[in-house]
Amino acid sequence: MAQTEQEILAGLGEIIDEVAGVPADQVTPDKTFVDDLDIDSLSMVEIAVAAQDKFGVQIPDDHLRNLKTVQDVIDYVRRPAVTA
Amino acid sequence: MRISDGAPGARILAFGGYQPARVVTNDEVGSMVDADDEWIRDRVGIVSRRIAAPDETVADLAVAAGGKALAGSGLAAADVDLVIAATCTPEVMIPNTAPTVARRLGIPAPGAYDLNAACAGFCYALAAASDAVRAGSARHVLVVGAEKLSQWVDWTDRSTCIIFADGAGAAVVGPATGTADPGIGPVAWGSAGEMADRIFISDRGSFIVQEGQAVFRWATTALHPVARLACERAGVDPAELAVIVPHQANLRIIGAIARGIGAPQATVANDIVTAGNTAAASIPLALSRLRERGEIPSGSLALLIGYGAGICFAAQVIRLP
Repeated sequence: MAQTEQEILAGLGEIIDEVAGVPADQVTPDKTFVDDLDIDSLSMVEIAVAAQDKFGVQIPDDHLRNLKTVQDVIDYVRRPAVTA
Repeated sequence: MRISDGAPGARILAFGGYQPARVVTNDEVGSMVDADDEWIRDRVGIVSRRIAAPDETVADLAVAAGGKALAGSGLAAADVDLVIAATCTPEVMIPNTAPTVARRLGIPAPGAYDLNAACAGFCYALAAASDAVRAGSARHVLVVGAEKLSQWVDWTDRSTCIIFADGAGAAVVGPATGTADPGIGPVAWGSAGEMADRIFISDRGSFIVQEGQAVFRWATTALHPVARLACERAGVDPAELAVIVPHQANLRIIGAIARGIGAPQATVANDIVTAGNTAAASIPLALSRLRERGEIPSGSLALLIGYGAGICFAAQVIRLP
């Protein structure tokens, strides 16, 4: 079942809090990972792996490097699944 | 044809560890690349590492650690009938390291071979030693993990020069006899050859290269199931573990593996903080230092998880001597 933006944002906030110690309420859609949230590339991998478990969406490394803001990840999770 | 009588189980009698004298701080190694102390501590968790002297060889490191393990075991050198040297950084391929180590430790003509499973080397070698004792191929085995990664590092490559270091660790393995429980559990091992190009040295004149992000993702996801399988095969519940000793590759990988195992009561080895990543030496060096500091009691259970270039990996539960 498709999740709302709010649900994904909340889930992402939990993940980022656990992985990077950034309080979930600071995780807003406009924030950039590197500059605003001070999250480095290794933490991004952990976030991507946790997002995979939580949202059922694979985020390979080469896609991950294009996700700069929280909104980018929300959009990625919500995008229509590619059919084989 | 007969087959040999072995032992019902194998156990570790003693550990030994050796770190070269020269301490290299983050400030020193970071000054050559764009990395400061805080950045290095945050990314990999290392505060300092040891680098061997220019004329200090892998065999020297192995002899130092092996000698301590032998002394701690209470055995005579002549009691050892097999020496396994786990290393992926020997100065030369031929001759191998183990016979030289044996000779220098006064071990008279044991079986001797080197084993290259990169950073999983110690766990593979420990499994081989346990199997040899159980099968009756050997009675007492000296297993050494010894590495001089510094001779393969590009000191201008930030992705490797802040991580890799030198050191050695060793264990003496013997039979568990009488009423003694086996002290080395069944190995859970495997490999991921499709990732062979993620950590490599191209040729004799080249430096070690690592695709950190890909290795990080693999290690933080693929290993905790292997670790749990090692526990299952040993008949040990993760809740019984006193210590978890992943290969000391990166403090964040170590943390992720430990979290995935789900044994919050266990101490998680973080020897990398003052040792760096010493490949096959990292696990026995961490164990020897934990024991020296009295941080984990004799008789307690430890889960070892080796993983490294290849990619290859191996894990087993052991009981601490």
